[in-house]
Amino acid sequence: MITRSLDAFKANGQIVIVGASLAGLRGAEALRDEGFGGRLTIIGDEPHAPYDRPPLSKQVLEGWVKADRTKLPHRREIDADWRLGVAATGLDRTKKLVRLGDGTEVPFDRLLITTGVRARQWPNPAEAGLEGVFTVRTCDDAARLQAALAARPRRVLIIGAGYIGSEMASVCRKLGLDVTVAERAAAPLAGALGNVIGAIAAEMQRDAGVDLRTGVSVSALEGDSRGHVCRAHLSDGTRLDVDLVLASLGSIRNVEWLDGARLAAGYWGLGCDAGCRVFDVHGVVTDDIFVAGDVARSPHVLFGYQFLSMEHWDNAVLGAAVAAHNMVCEELDRRAHLLVPTNWSGQFGVNIKSVGVPSFGDEIAFTQGAVTERRFAAAYGRNGRIVGAVTFNQGKWLQHYEALIMRSSPFPPPPAGFDVPADARSVPADFPPRGVGAPDVILTGHDPNERQAELVQPPR
Amino acid sequence: MTPEQAFAEAMKFENRPNPYPFFDELRKTPVARTAHGIYVVTGYKEIIALAHDPRVSSDLRNGSLLAMIRGGDSSGAPSDADSGMAEMLDKYGGDTMMILSDPPDHSRMRRQAMRHFGPPHCPDLIPSMEEYSVRIVNDLLDKLKGKHRFDVVDDYAYPLPVAVICKILGVPVEDEKQFHVWIAEFLGGMDLGPEAATEEGKRRQAKGRESRTELTKYLIGLIERAEKKGGEGMIAQLVHDTGPDGRMSSSEILQNCILLLVAGHDSTVNLLAHCVLTLLRNPGSIDKLRKRPELIPRAIEEVLRLESSVQFFPSRSALSDIEIAGTTIPSGAPIFLMYTAGNRDPAQFPDPNTFSLERDAKESLGWGAGVHTCFGGPLARLEVNVGLETFLRRVRNPRLVVDPPPYRPSQIFRGPLHCEIEIDGIEDRGAS
Repeated sequence: MITRSLDAFKANGQIVIVGASLAGLRGAEALRDEGFGGRLTIIGDEPHAPYDRPPLSKQVLEGWVKADRTKLPHRREIDADWRLGVAATGLDRTKKLVRLGDGTEVPFDRLLITTGVRARQWPNPAEAGLEGVFTVRTCDDAARLQAALAARPRRVLIIGAGYIGSEMASVCRKLGLDVTVAERAAAPLAGALGNVIGAIAAEMQRDAGVDLRTGVSVSALEGDSRGHVCRAHLSDGTRLDVDLVLASLGSIRNVEWLDGARLAAGYWGLGCDAGCRVFDVHGVVTDDIFVAGDVARSPHVLFGYQFLSMEHWDNAVLGAAVAAHNMVCEELDRRAHLLVPTNWSGQFGVNIKSVGVPSFGDEIAFTQGAVTERRFAAAYGRNGRIVGAVTFNQGKWLQHYEALIMRSSPFPPPPAGFDVPADARSVPADFPPRGVGAPDVILTGHDPNERQAELVQPPR
Repeated sequence: MTPEQAFAEAMKFENRPNPYPFFDELRKTPVARTAHGIYVVTGYKEIIALAHDPRVSSDLRNGSLLAMIRGGDSSGAPSDADSGMAEMLDKYGGDTMMILSDPPDHSRMRRQAMRHFGPPHCPDLIPSMEEYSVRIVNDLLDKLKGKHRFDVVDDYAYPLPVAVICKILGVPVEDEKQFHVWIAEFLGGMDLGPEAATEEGKRRQAKGRESRTELTKYLIGLIERAEKKGGEGMIAQLVHDTGPDGRMSSSEILQNCILLLVAGHDSTVNLLAHCVLTLLRNPGSIDKLRKRPELIPRAIEEVLRLESSVQFFPSRSALSDIEIAGTTIPSGAPIFLMYTAGNRDPAQFPDPNTFSLERDAKESLGWGAGVHTCFGGPLARLEVNVGLETFLRRVRNPRLVVDPPPYRPSQIFRGPLHCEIEIDGIEDRGAS
């Protein structure tokens, strides 16, 4: 955008936000805070006004809060044209417009993409379609799942023990329901926090009466004559009678609608610079397309400039604020989104918080508290510096670790003066090996000047 | 002015109404070594860092501060010097209160106390105090009908929190006349300023020790009565605790009851009085809040930022050498985190000396920070909200009589001794 037209753009321009959840709402508010007075359109595929998701796997499933009562408060008037219940299906960068599922088109001068992620479904569509098989990501999911839990199933099977699966297992035990958790890795939360912490999470589950089975996967789900799930087959040959299954298999980035737009969109998300400006398929930055929230993937200075997706609440809020600012400012005023991400979970009576990127580390050391009491802090290190930390019921110390991470302080950190853990030696954090996605980009053209990237679309 | 001089000035009684220029001076060195090797911290981000640093202890027994404070032990525990207390030492000596302890004891005591105070076990206790508080403040204002002048501290700000904390702890409110004096003298004797070395200062410290002993004896009496007869309130609940952490030791119960009784009203009085004082110093703010009462909670947080009820708490010390802000705090050195100075750090709060209803002061240090963050904060917020809202609604045309008002001696708990106002009258209760 030509600088001298910035004022005109702020007064009369058109901004479209695709994705009407936390990042979309906060982005819209930030645009107005930044003085954008033009036309603002917010497109969301769900019919609901923006709502908060963290309670869906906790208070909502416990029955404390109704699934439709987690709407996000608005911080200010937005004066936007809300297009809810209709998905964006395409982006035409030449004509600068977004195509919608109802056949209409919305033109934009600048675009903010906040389409987030969706729950990965059970991969066998017939089995996924059985009655009693759930995922939880949306408030509609949570409402259905809560009703099914309230009907008191005889046994619940949770496939995958990440944060959502573990929280759900905790809810089941709180409701007095029998629950089996099947996790392919050696322990719950292993992907996020490594097997050392995972072993503690496993103990918490077993102490609470969860039938936790690790190192196994579910090979098939079976339905009864009415089409309701009734049995699960595990990779170790066991069969399990179950009448409610939650597939908590992680998430899939909502990028399919960008097919053909030649942006750096794929399995890991939509690539952007640290200022939330989207890269095209070649890795060249675009001028008018921005991204924030779960779907964004940007290089992070603290973590070797590696591209990180941070599927956390604060990433949505703070990333949207940076994107909004950069959408309506001069080049020299641009800001960077330099988040030290934080994350929280509540399960089995324990408040778990993390800061930084634990999975970037390869070593862990307990730094405060007592593991046996499930009240401790631990730091993660890589190449002799601290990159993350986790606390169990010790969340008040998180800021200390955040400050150490921001300064790239040495790992292990200096010992605490009190409440020192019995064993404070650093050990391998033991993260499960991360799957390497197949390359989905190839280069064509012989002469370097003719090189072009081509996205190879995986079969969908 | 050296940091040492600036700190001494900030602590001087004559500067109690306005210590802020000296804190501004001190903040030029955000972590400064002062007299007796005390490290005084006045920068916001340095206070946040040290409040969350697990190498900083809150246990007075770890630092050299005790030796520095004349009169020795300031934890409130009975000491050998207190005659007639020897027989109590076995049972009531030795342990300390949560604000003067570190994890894991601190974490355990806080859990044990919170079980009887807040969620998840007692989510209704604090909300249940609202109706009681509304009744108290309305009764107080009814008594002032027909008057054209009253003292916001004695006639309004003090009686509310003292009644509420008595009810919560199970302390007979009719004993207030006694322990009011003891607490005032006890706090008055904790002098960390230059006046401590004067004859008058020494007299106040002696008086403070006597009063602390009297208060201790009084609370031991309540604890022993609760042991035998049970009863309502937190004292009885702590004495008969059957929670997963078991029961606090008798001396921990005593120490924490002293803490909750003193901190449970004194700092609240300061905040409510400072609310009235600050609004009267800022013309237009009262009208604005009357029109938009939804801004009252924000106004209270802003007053707490501007006039910290607890300026600092002199408990902390370094357990190892700590590098911060270009200096090294040596192991063992006492550390004073000056919340009151951090709350006016221009790097954190632009235009810090201005009272602004536009400001979102939630990040202020008024409630402390880290694991020792104010235990009673949710209760204090409720009390001050009720107190201020009712004051604004019913007190007609309040005007300050003297500004600044006289202050109480304590440097730690800073608040007006009196705050006289003239009024045009008191409105009826009306439909509330």
